[in-house]
Amino acid sequence: MTHAGGYVADSRIRAIEWLPWVLAVICFFAAPTYVPLGSYVLTMIIFALSLDLILGYGGIITLGHSAYFGAGAYAAGIFAARVTGEPLLGLLVGTLAAGLLGLITGLIILRTRGLALLMLTLAITSLCLEVANKATDWTGGADGLGGFKVQPILGLFKFDFLGKTAYLYCLVVLFLCWWLVRRLVYSPFGASLTGVRENNVRMHAVGAPVYQRLVISYTISAAMAGLGGALLTQTTQFVGLKVLGFELSGELMVMLILGGVGRIYGAFVGPLAYLVAQDYLAKQFPEYWYFGIGAMLVLVVMFARGGILGIIDALIARVRSRPS
Amino acid sequence: MQEFLASLVSVAFHGLAYGMILYVISVGLSVTMGLMGFVNLAHGVFAMAGGYVMLSAMNSFGVPFPLALAAAFIAVALASMVLERLLYARLYTAGELEQVLFTIGLIFMSVAVARLAYGPLPQPVHLPEYLKGQLHFLGRDFPAYRVFLIVFSVSIVGLLWFGVERTRWGAMVRAAVDFRAMAQAVGINTSRLFALTFALGSGLAALGGALGADIIAIQPTYPFEHLVYFLIVVAVGGLGSLRGPFVAALLIGVADTACKYWVPEFGAFFIFFATIAVLLWRPEGLFGKEAA
Repeated sequence: MTHAGGYVADSRIRAIEWLPWVLAVICFFAAPTYVPLGSYVLTMIIFALSLDLILGYGGIITLGHSAYFGAGAYAAGIFAARVTGEPLLGLLVGTLAAGLLGLITGLIILRTRGLALLMLTLAITSLCLEVANKATDWTGGADGLGGFKVQPILGLFKFDFLGKTAYLYCLVVLFLCWWLVRRLVYSPFGASLTGVRENNVRMHAVGAPVYQRLVISYTISAAMAGLGGALLTQTTQFVGLKVLGFELSGELMVMLILGGVGRIYGAFVGPLAYLVAQDYLAKQFPEYWYFGIGAMLVLVVMFARGGILGIIDALIARVRSRPS
Repeated sequence: MQEFLASLVSVAFHGLAYGMILYVISVGLSVTMGLMGFVNLAHGVFAMAGGYVMLSAMNSFGVPFPLALAAAFIAVALASMVLERLLYARLYTAGELEQVLFTIGLIFMSVAVARLAYGPLPQPVHLPEYLKGQLHFLGRDFPAYRVFLIVFSVSIVGLLWFGVERTRWGAMVRAAVDFRAMAQAVGINTSRLFALTFALGSGLAALGGALGADIIAIQPTYPFEHLVYFLIVVAVGGLGSLRGPFVAALLIGVADTACKYWVPEFGAFFIFFATIAVLLWRPEGLFGKEAA
């Protein structure tokens, strides 16, 4: 698969890159009924960005990224239930917990490649799910963890019923994540990650610290996934076992592929398209919806490997190449 | 002591039955992954399809059990051959990511179809009269169906091993697993070999799914829920081998049953820990080829 993206010398922010943020703010004012859905979309974009960093740029194929999302979600939930409902501290706890888990598991599993790596990611998620399922005193088990209060952000902004605070809160966090990922991807570090993805052997040959780079990116990605999970916990004030499931990992992959792997804005477009379509279709035709995403995945793999953004790129290239 | 011995025998027996089912389902996966290098996460779909074919043949059309079992094998093998030619074959040269995504897509589609056709609940299993009840054996009772299951699976495994180790087709498969380019160079039609082997592997999965319908309930989420176990069998056992997954399946069957019996609060922990440990120790699996 030829991924778009990679090392670009000119890392200045282009004008069009402000478009998502403008749209996000417009949505906030223009469509207040969709604000709760919007918060969820923003959370999933953070999660998709984190996956994009290791899958799209680092080339690590994982079936278990929900382990870190879930770890962050549960850490934030347990922290809110047992210690304090201060949201920023909760975010920090969720991020650190998932980052630590990512560091430990990354150190272990990134020594392997291929099927073994795929299996290990799956096994770790299954293990986390089993822990959350059995440690009912802490996690509530199959009933989920709820009933905790999240305090106002900085003591000023209360979480309201309409979800307006939550939306802006998610938007600010997403902005920070976007800034970080963008910096990483355009840095020499990002370039070396892309190198590992494109040709692992050659990166070893030129003396790049491949394992170390992979572990660092894996840890960052896990921490960011945990941040997303913690956000979900705080905005919905509930954590269920679903955040650790294999199906969430699968769905996330679908979103990222739909948008376009290995490009920052693929992680923006994919969750948006997927979740809005889901909101319209899934409630009315749940079976057809599942069939539809399956079929879409197969079609994307067969015919449009760059996702939505890849299609747009191809269209633009075609228009430009046409003699006027 | 007497009680402990009784539970030991019972765990070993049920674990054996479960392990055999796991093996019959997963062996095809090991071969397709080893032979074609294809990461087929949708393998559980064939097992589920086999279960549905057998159960609807028996429940709706009153087909006798052995015929329904044969129907499951044949129907799924044929269907998988069509799938292989139309879709899978195009992705043999694609990257791992494409294969993973494509097969996840297949899982989503099959889950939706199963739910549309049969609803979300597990299908009822009505065993034939002659397989109900208990068998007396060494002063103990064993459920007749499980005994049948073990005996039947062992004979299938025997046949399969004979086929792979002693026939011309088996020699061709082994040659292609070891060195595909060389196999092609000496005139083996590998794409036909792939299609046949894929169909056989899927048919076996269907047989396993149908046989095991009593142990692993046939329901729409089947391919998602049990995927981990099928993959563990293959990854721990080693790709492309027949022996490896056999050992792994029996180990997992017995260990899982033992854990659920004696320490239910630990659930499936042991399996996952063991998997992680084995893969770190030998990333290519217990009996896998050393990575080149």
